[in-house]
Amino acid sequence: MAGKGIHIEGLSKRYGEGDTAVLALKDVNMHVAPGEVVGLIGPSGSGKSTLLKCLGAVIDPTAGRMVLGDEVIFDGGWKVRDLRALRRDKIGFVFQAPYLIPFLDVTDNVALLPMLAGMPNDEARTRALELLTALDVQHRAKAMPSQLSGGEQQRVAIARGLVNRPPVILADEPTAPLDSVRAMAVIRILNDMAQRFQTAVIVVTHDEKIIPTFKRIYHIRDGITHEEVGEGRRFD
Amino acid sequence: MISLAGRDILHAWGKFIFTGVGLGLLIGVTLTMAGVYRGMVDDGKVLLDNSGADLWVVQKDTLGPYAESSSIPDDLWRSIRTMPGVAEAVNVTYLTMQVVKGSKDVRAMVVGITAGEAGTPGWPPQLVAGRQITRSHYEAVADIATGFQLGDVLKIRRNHYTVVGLTRRMVSSSGDPMVFIPLKDAQEAQFLKDNDAILMQRRRTEANPAFNRPGVPGLLDAVIASQTSNSSVNAVLVRIQPEFSQKEVAEPIRRWKRLTVYDRAQMESILVGKLIATSAKQIGMFLVILALVSAAIVAFIIYTLTMDKIREIAVLKLIGTRNRTIAWMILQQALVLGVIGFVVGKISATFAAPLFPKYVLLTPADSVLGFFAVLAICVLSSIVAIRMALKVDPAEAIGG
Ligand SMILES: Nc1ncnc2c1ncn2[C@@H]1O[C@H](COP(=O)(O)OP(=O)(O)OP(=O)(O)O)[C@@H](O)[C@H]1O
Ligand SMILES: [Mg+2]
Repeated sequence: MAGKGIHIEGLSKRYGEGDTAVLALKDVNMHVAPGEVVGLIGPSGSGKSTLLKCLGAVIDPTAGRMVLGDEVIFDGGWKVRDLRALRRDKIGFVFQAPYLIPFLDVTDNVALLPMLAGMPNDEARTRALELLTALDVQHRAKAMPSQLSGGEQQRVAIARGLVNRPPVILADEPTAPLDSVRAMAVIRILNDMAQRFQTAVIVVTHDEKIIPTFKRIYHIRDGITHEEVGEGRRFD
Repeated sequence: MISLAGRDILHAWGKFIFTGVGLGLLIGVTLTMAGVYRGMVDDGKVLLDNSGADLWVVQKDTLGPYAESSSIPDDLWRSIRTMPGVAEAVNVTYLTMQVVKGSKDVRAMVVGITAGEAGTPGWPPQLVAGRQITRSHYEAVADIATGFQLGDVLKIRRNHYTVVGLTRRMVSSSGDPMVFIPLKDAQEAQFLKDNDAILMQRRRTEANPAFNRPGVPGLLDAVIASQTSNSSVNAVLVRIQPEFSQKEVAEPIRRWKRLTVYDRAQMESILVGKLIATSAKQIGMFLVILALVSAAIVAFIIYTLTMDKIREIAVLKLIGTRNRTIAWMILQQALVLGVIGFVVGKISATFAAPLFPKYVLLTPADSVLGFFAVLAICVLSSIVAIRMALKVDPAEAIGG
């Protein structure tokens, strides 16, 4: 069932060798259509972050096949030469912890990505500010990351993940430090982005507040995915 | 695109200034070291310039009068003066010794100069105060670096001298200030024997049957007189006539008089190449060590600054920053550190130089060389940090 969006077949990932080897992913099968936001849930240590890292070309999967859009990026080995360019141009990350660049202010933390991709500074900053406004942190646009609260930092990190309008967004517990109103705002923005730019979004979460908003949810247990239909509740 | 290095420096400017100043003091020491060497070379050149000589006539096969002791008869100058191309030929003595004033003493080079006037070879060319020596005994002209003042009374060996004039930057090749006194006094100071020694020699001479011959009256007295009077100088300074070359004048003196004659270039190579060669090597060793220490410190600082940013570098890599951009960021910071260090070093060396007891000469050429050496060291020492940064795993930017 190849096609646009994210497509994963039989993905496995083993950490280490010999006695200490950990088989973090055994048999992962997923499909996320363009414009779709799916949830990925599972107990701690079940391999959620590992899956996002594989998909995000940050670590090497052991076996399997991954397709982004109409490009096969992994099939037993990487099919893309420049993984860093792949990350920059195709994938937006929102990490479990919001690692911002401490020496750049909030706006430039977000604007850096489009700048790296060659966008003029002014245009990149304008785009960053739009997102910061949507995430309700525009009043902190000139602040340094160390001056922000944990939740504010997280929202800036989310803005950074979205700013390049990538075809794929991978979010690892993006709402963990946020209150329910802001958590909902994040989910709304992810859904807006998905619809406007036909982005395929995977959201890893433990957050009871947002789980009901997904139409489809993947459960992962012991490195194996199980698909189920979610409630798909509206979030406003 | 914004300058990542610039932003980081602005963000942590205190750290940069602080380490830059520390590095700068080290660079300042290095520049001063080079300045000490240049000062020594310059002292030598100033010594030769101020002597006013074109040729130095010294004892055969010696490197005199500055680098080795040389002793030649004090009547030789007469015959040298009659040689073709010689404009002036005068005796001179040099002796480095302690000059006493009251309870303190100063290490100085005592120069014995012949009667004459300013402009005579050996004479101080210019005074900053007072007058030249006019009497043939017991007057002195001292360099202000001795700390003496007009009217001071100095003691050199057994005799006392009144300071009548002061000079500036009249130094020996080892940087000791000069004290000029009349030639006769200087000869005495250099070759004077104490009374006991004279008495002993007289006895030995009298006991020698070859000198004490009953049939030859006056022989003993003549021998003793020749033994006690001193008739040596260290060198004859020659000024040549403008239409002659140094070579043309030197060659006949060398052949005919069986003396060693040095021209200006040879003298310079003796002073720089031989006299201060050991000191120069010593300073060279220090320069090498200081350069290595500076390099190690820059490398260490850049390494730690980069270590502090490992997580940010992982994030930068994760979001697709090119290796080139990351390496350039680290390199720029190393260069900025180097520039701060150099500026601080240059300023501190400039202010510290006059405080040193010996002449410290900071040349623009050395500064330029030092600047590029610092930059080169910074580039080299950032390689370790850059290699480490490029090895950072972008996965580190994603928490569990
Ligand atoms: N670098 C690694 N080396 C070895 N084992 C690892 C490594 N990273 C993760 N693991 C192991 O792989 C398994 C899956 O880890 P992963 O981080 O994907 O879990 P997770 O589902 O994200 O958990 P959490 O909800 O706690 O974040 C765990 O057993 C973990 O110990
Ligand atoms: Mg995780």
